[in-house]
Amino acid sequence: MSIVSETRGQAPSLSIVLAAPLRLVMGALNAPMSFVQRRFGLGGMGAVFLAPNMLIFGVFVLIPVAINLAYSFTGGMAIFFGERHVVGFEQYRTLFACGDYTQPATCREDAFWQSIHNTIFFVLVQVTVLVLAALGTALVLNREMRSRGFWRAVFFFPVLLSPVVVGLIWKWILQRDGLLNAVLVDYGFDRTLWLAERNWAMFWAIFVSVWAHLGFYALILLAGLQAIPRDLYEAAMMDGTGRLRTFWRITLPLLWPNLLVVITLALIRAVQIFDEAYVLTGGGPGTSTLFITQYIYETGFAHVLRNLGLASAASILMGVVLVGLTLLQLMASNRRNREGNR
Amino acid sequence: MKGFKKLTLGALALTLSASASLAATEVRIMWYSDGNEGEVLQDIVKRFETQNPDIKVVIDNVAFGVIKDQLPVQLEAGRGPDIVRVVELKSQAKHWLDLRAHLKDAATFEKSFSSTLDWMRDDGSNALPGFMTQLTITGPLVNTTLFEQAGVPVPGDKATWDEWAAAARKVAQNQKVPIALAFDRSGHRFMGPAISMGAKVIGPDGKPALVDEGFKAMAQRIADWHKDGTMPREIWGGVAGTTYKGANDEFVNGQVAVYFSGSWQVAQFSQKIGDKFDWSAGSEPCGPAACTGMPGGAGLVAVKYSQHPKEVARVMEYLASEPVVREFSERTLFLPAHQGVAAKGVDFKSKDPNVKKSLDTFLKATQSASPLALKMQSYKWSGAIYAAAISRLGQVVSGEAQLADAYVRIEEDIKQKVAEASR
Repeated sequence: MSIVSETRGQAPSLSIVLAAPLRLVMGALNAPMSFVQRRFGLGGMGAVFLAPNMLIFGVFVLIPVAINLAYSFTGGMAIFFGERHVVGFEQYRTLFACGDYTQPATCREDAFWQSIHNTIFFVLVQVTVLVLAALGTALVLNREMRSRGFWRAVFFFPVLLSPVVVGLIWKWILQRDGLLNAVLVDYGFDRTLWLAERNWAMFWAIFVSVWAHLGFYALILLAGLQAIPRDLYEAAMMDGTGRLRTFWRITLPLLWPNLLVVITLALIRAVQIFDEAYVLTGGGPGTSTLFITQYIYETGFAHVLRNLGLASAASILMGVVLVGLTLLQLMASNRRNREGNR
Repeated sequence: MKGFKKLTLGALALTLSASASLAATEVRIMWYSDGNEGEVLQDIVKRFETQNPDIKVVIDNVAFGVIKDQLPVQLEAGRGPDIVRVVELKSQAKHWLDLRAHLKDAATFEKSFSSTLDWMRDDGSNALPGFMTQLTITGPLVNTTLFEQAGVPVPGDKATWDEWAAAARKVAQNQKVPIALAFDRSGHRFMGPAISMGAKVIGPDGKPALVDEGFKAMAQRIADWHKDGTMPREIWGGVAGTTYKGANDEFVNGQVAVYFSGSWQVAQFSQKIGDKFDWSAGSEPCGPAACTGMPGGAGLVAVKYSQHPKEVARVMEYLASEPVVREFSERTLFLPAHQGVAAKGVDFKSKDPNVKKSLDTFLKATQSASPLALKMQSYKWSGAIYAAAISRLGQVVSGEAQLADAYVRIEEDIKQKVAEASR
């Protein structure tokens, strides 16, 4: 039946007019799609639809990972693979040559191990603080309050800033003659070199990172909180359940899938910390805020003599850690789903 | 009919002139700018094109990062621009075109830039790949207003590093400024003072031999000056690895008595400081072995993958000619590498009296730089030496390592880099 015959005797409705080009396109695609379906069968159509995405993923992710892996088995300064010398596992041996892994100074690549120590410390503290702060923020923003939209925007705003901008803003606040010192000196305190003291530099790297990402994770948790049925809280209230018990018995279990996503994303992002910290502290003082990504960048690109082999080996090791974290998340998620189905 | 004929002739003339302009050979220059040098080059190139209508010069203005990160990949692939302005000259020497066969007067070209040609060619080669667009030299920049107000004379010729540090401390205490002596966080900046103290840097076998008594003498001073507050911890100790850090903002804000940096700062200091206070370059501080800064700079080199080497040589010969180099230096406030221009002096075009005084001091310093400091520019392993020195001394300043450990690490780092690069 044609469009004209459907609408004979009356003016065609707007939706029919708008749908016409779409129907034309669908009609044109009908023949090739029928051919593809005949060729691959109904079961193969899923793969056909996935193919474009997989192609992009392959070109921009899988092939670079494979190239990176290949480079990690080579040495020398040449840029192109064909001109590099194959050295087997030598780069990995260099990274792992160490008297005592807990003492980076005893390792051949002491900066690598210092960066691992710093990254582990950063991940543990930053993720814990970030998740707790995001949860607290989401709980507060979920309550009935005046100007709730405004407060949600306030917490989300830093997420919109580029990491470099975040780093620069805080650098201006924390430097010798920055805003913070100006205020402190005004109130009679001594000037502190926030970014030149080892412990303070790490503190601020964590603080700034939490400040910058809090809004994003709070938003995920807020969505989770709003999906919890209100009648559960009403029932608990009628039973006289206390606030804390309600939180432990209702909110937390039902929010767990969202929390799991937040923890996993925060973990992966924390392991990859680079831009804000690099702009804020440059890895210093000394190597006290040197993280693994900066080590890879410095080794592979910042020196005049670029050690691409060593940088590739370090990035492969970092990739293994990230895959491990993702698998942990998948396992936890699957376990939760199985428990939910029982 | 007449009208049709006219139209046809007009179209023909237009086509012919268009094909004539199409026939002009295109020469592309990849260029980055720190200041106004891109605009000055554009003016000069326009004049060249008027005199040479068969060549069209296209200037691709790019960020410094493109030259640093993308150019090496292009060159390795046998591609790239016809001419490029670059800082990493020696390490990429295999990609430069030897212009000798294409130049009208190779002898004059060679004579004009003889002291810096080794910086851009392989060891033992006599190729003429290009010329330095500007020389730089490290040296102290002094806030002379602070010195005057404190009643402390600015250390003169032959003043030692210790005398400079003492004078800077006196001024900072008297004027209550937070930083007595700031020092760029860079291995290159450190090496001039180390050579002045007697560092030999290169062993008899031609391999790096960095840690000796001269090197240790300067390293010890750097550590001590951080401990006693002469130098601020946030510059050398503030960042990790080989990351560069300067004290430009602090100097511009009048918080530094003496800033050890270099001649490239002059133009921007003139612009940013204006008439807020007086400043000037000081004489090179001395050690027992020398009173030298470290020379450096950027060069303009021809790329050997160019399809038009003859035209490239004509452009290069024009840009390297004495009147053009003179004009370029006078307008950009860069020190000239052209020996004829340097010998006759340069009338730097600036109304700021601090500029002329500073550039004259720096120009004098380039002519008295120690032979070893000059040699470092063409030394294959200078990059490895600078990187090792700055990253390990930075750890000492931040309190992460002791000097003795740093010396061992510096030697190991250099050995590892040399071994990796020698595969």
